[in-house]
Amino acid sequence: MQRLSRVRLERRLTTPWWLSWVIPLLSVALALLVGALIIASQGVNPWQAYRAMFQGAFGSGYGVAETLVKAIPLMLAGLGVSVAFRMKLWNIGAEGQLWMGAWAAAGVGLFLYPAWHLSPWLAILLMMIAAILAGGLWAAIPGVLKGVWQVNEIITSLMLNYVAISWVLYFVDILWRDPGGLGFPNTAPLDKAIWLPKLTWLPLLPKGHRVHAGLLLAVLAAVFLWFLLNRTKWGYEVRVIGENRDAARHAGMPIVRNIIIVMFLSGALAGLAGMAEMAGVAHRLQRGLSPGYGYTAIIVAWLAKLNPFGVLLVAILFGGLLVAGDQIQLTMNLPRSIADILQGLILFFVLGGEVFSRYRLRLR
Amino acid sequence: MTASSPHQPDIAVEMRNIVKRFPGVVANDHVTFIAKSGEIHALLGENGAGKSTLMNVLSGLYAPDEGEIWIYGRHVVFRSPSDAIAAGVGMVHQHFRLVPTLTVVENVILGLDEPRFHLNLTQARAKILELSQQYGLKVDPDAYIWQLSVGEQQRVEIIKALYRGARILILDEPTAVLTPQETVVLFKTLRSMAQEGHTIIFISHKLDEVMSIADRVTVLRQGKVVATVNIEEVTKEKLAEMMVGRPVIFRIEKPRLQPGQEVLRVEDVHARNDKGLPALRGISFVVRSHEIVGIAGVSGNGQTELAEVLYGLRPVEKGHIYLYGKDITQASTREIIREGVAHIPEDRHKEGSLADMSLSENLILKHYRRPPVAQGPLIRWAYVREFARKLIQRFQIMAPGIHTKARLLSGGNLQKLILARELSSEPGLIIAMHPTQGLDVGATEAVRKQLIAERGKGAGVLLISEDLDEVMQLSDRILVIYEGEIMGEVPADRADRNQIGLMMAGQRQS
Repeated sequence: MQRLSRVRLERRLTTPWWLSWVIPLLSVALALLVGALIIASQGVNPWQAYRAMFQGAFGSGYGVAETLVKAIPLMLAGLGVSVAFRMKLWNIGAEGQLWMGAWAAAGVGLFLYPAWHLSPWLAILLMMIAAILAGGLWAAIPGVLKGVWQVNEIITSLMLNYVAISWVLYFVDILWRDPGGLGFPNTAPLDKAIWLPKLTWLPLLPKGHRVHAGLLLAVLAAVFLWFLLNRTKWGYEVRVIGENRDAARHAGMPIVRNIIIVMFLSGALAGLAGMAEMAGVAHRLQRGLSPGYGYTAIIVAWLAKLNPFGVLLVAILFGGLLVAGDQIQLTMNLPRSIADILQGLILFFVLGGEVFSRYRLRLR
Repeated sequence: MTASSPHQPDIAVEMRNIVKRFPGVVANDHVTFIAKSGEIHALLGENGAGKSTLMNVLSGLYAPDEGEIWIYGRHVVFRSPSDAIAAGVGMVHQHFRLVPTLTVVENVILGLDEPRFHLNLTQARAKILELSQQYGLKVDPDAYIWQLSVGEQQRVEIIKALYRGARILILDEPTAVLTPQETVVLFKTLRSMAQEGHTIIFISHKLDEVMSIADRVTVLRQGKVVATVNIEEVTKEKLAEMMVGRPVIFRIEKPRLQPGQEVLRVEDVHARNDKGLPALRGISFVVRSHEIVGIAGVSGNGQTELAEVLYGLRPVEKGHIYLYGKDITQASTREIIREGVAHIPEDRHKEGSLADMSLSENLILKHYRRPPVAQGPLIRWAYVREFARKLIQRFQIMAPGIHTKARLLSGGNLQKLILARELSSEPGLIIAMHPTQGLDVGATEAVRKQLIAERGKGAGVLLISEDLDEVMQLSDRILVIYEGEIMGEVPADRADRNQIGLMMAGQRQS
C-alpha cells in the first residue's frame, strides 16, 4: 500500500556549518549550468565563453582593475541596501538614490567649486556630503511614508527611481548641458583637481588603471557599518527591530524614528555610490552613468547575506560579471545581456537554494 | 502486507508502535494507544510529551515514521486529514480553523464538495440544526463566526467534525478557552456523544478535568506511554506522578504578607482595541507592594488591552494611571521600563523574544540602554557575556550556552529566559500575562515560585491569566474582568469558584 513514495520538505532545527557554504556554491554552479544552455543556444561553446569571461574579468591586471572599478558603486550601494534589509525595510530605490547622489555631487563640483573658489579637498568633501544628503533624503521619503503611515516602501522606493532618473536627466539634457559638448547629452567635465584620486599605489595593477578612491570609501563604509550594527546600542536596536518588531515595541524601541534613520543611511550610501561613479569614473553627469548598479546592489546585498564584508566580496564578483559581459560581446559575438541573464540566474538559484539550508528533502 | 489486528468489535482506535521523529527529538517513541468505542479517553501529559503529535498522526496531519493504525479493526494509512475524516476521525484543534467573515453554515460546509458543484445551504442548515439539537450544541447556524463567543466557536468546530461523519472525535485542550460554566456544558455534550457511541479523545494536562470527564486515561511522558488506566483506579496525585515522573506538590507555599505602599493605581481607564471598538470601559484598581493581584476572565475581555495600556503600548482614551503616585498615563514604554516595570508578555515568541538572536542578545533587551550594559553609545559585549552567564545559571535556563539561538529553547526555558530578563532589574511592578500558559508542570512551578519570591521582595504583581486555578492559587486579591469592566473583587482566601465563574460570564458582584 505504501509503494507510492513522496518527496517532502522537512524543517531543519540546525544547519550544519558546511551547508551554508556548499549550498550557495552548488547554486551558483547550477546557475552557470543553465547559463551554459542559453549560451549554447546562441551557437557559442559555453565552456569557451565562460573561460573568456573569467579571463576578461580576472585574468589580467587590466581586467582586475576594471572589475574593481565596476565593483565600487556595487559595494557602496550594496552596503546601503543591506542596512535597510537588516531591518526588513525593502529599499528597492538604490538606483534612484544613486542618481540623486551623483546629481547633488555634480552640482557642487560644477558650480559651487568654481563659484566659491573652494580648495579641491574641501570640494570633494562637500561633494560627498551633498551626495549623502541627496541620496539619504531621497530614501527618507519612503522611510517617512512607511514609518508614519505604513505605506509599502517597496512600491514607493521603486517608483521614486523613475522620478529621480527623470529629474537628473532633465538637468543632464537641458539645464546643465555642456554647450561645448558636441550635442552629447552630458554636463561639462569636472575640473581635474576634484576628481576622486586614482589609487596609483595599488600593487599588481597596470599603469593608468582607473581604480579610484571610491574603493577606500567602500571599505571604510563596510567597517563603519559593521561597527555600527554590532557594537552600538543603535545597531542593536536595528537588528532587534529587523528580527521581531513586536518584541522591539515591547522593549520601548523607537521604531518609526529608526525606520527613517535607516532609510536615510541606506540612501546616503547609495548616494555616495553615485558620487563615486560620477567623480571617480565619468567625471561628469551623463546619461548611462549607472547601468543599473542600484538594482544589482540588491542582488549583491542579498547574496552577501547582508554581511558588510560579504557585500565587498560579492560586489567584486558582480563587477567581474559586468566586465565579462563587455568582454564576450567584443570577442565572442555574444550579446552583453548574457551577463544580466547570469546575474538573474545566480540570484534565482541562490535564493532557491536557501530553502535547503532551512529544510531537507525526505523521501517517503 | 496488512498484518491483521486481533479484531475486537469494541475497539475504535488502535495505534500500534507509532514512532514519529522530528529533527533532534523522538516525539513518539513506539507508542501504542487503544481507545474503545463509546468511551471518553483522556490523553494526559506535559507539554512536549507527544500528545499532540500522536493525535496529529491519528488525524492524518503527520505520517508516522513507523507503526500502524487500525480504525474499527480496519487497517488504514492516512495521507492527509481528508483520509482521516473519510475513516471517521475528526479533530478539533486548540486554535480554531474557522473563517470569521462566514456564517456557521458556510464554515461547516467549507471544503466539502458534496454534492459536486451545487451549494445547498438549506439542506446543510437543517442537518446542522439536527446535530445541534441531538447533542446540545447550541449555536445559531446563520450567525457569523466573528459574532460568536469562543465557546460557541468551539461548538461550531465540533459540529463541523460531526457533519463530516466523525465517529471518533479528538479535542485538543478544549477547556483552555472556556469559563467554568462553559466547561460544564461542553462536558455534558461530550458525555451525550459518548453515549451515542462516539469515541472521544480528550487531550489535556489538567488533572481535575481528566478526573471528572474521562473513562480511561493514557499518560504520555517524553514520547512514551507510561500507562493506560481506568479512571476509577487512580487518584489525581497518582496521575500527576505518572505525568511528571516524580511526586508533585500541588500547594505552593505563600507566606502571609501585609501589603505595603501603593505601587500602581488605575483610575477609570478607557481604551479602544485594534478595531477601534471600546475594549476597556472604566477600569479602576490598585496594586500594592508585597501583593499579587489577579485578573481573571475569559480571553478577549480586555486583558490584552489592559496590559498594553499599562505598559505604554496603547493610548489611554480617558482616565489615569499612576505609578508610585506619579502620573504615567501618557508615558512611553521606554519611560515605563525605566520606572522599573517588568512585563511578562502574553506571547513569549512574538512579543517576548528574538528567535534568531542569541540568549545574551535576548537577555539585554530591556537593559541595553543604560550602564553597565551600555557605555555611551556602545554596548559592552564582554560585560553582556558575563551578565548572561550569571542569569542563565541563576534562573536555571537549560541551554548549551549564551550564544545559543532563542528559537532552540523549549517553551519553559524560553519563559525562564524572559523572567530572567524582566526580574533581573529588580522591578517594583510586574505585569504578568498568562505566565505559565503552555508550560509543563515543572516549569509552571518554577515560574510561580519566582513570582511569589518577587512579592516577598516587595514587588507588586499584576497577574492576568485565563487559568482560574492559577489566579486563585497565586493571588492575594482577585478581580474579574468582563467586556472591559471589572465585575467585582474578592479576596483570594474567600474566593468561590462558582461566584467567580458567574462574574466571568458577566454577572456583577452583588
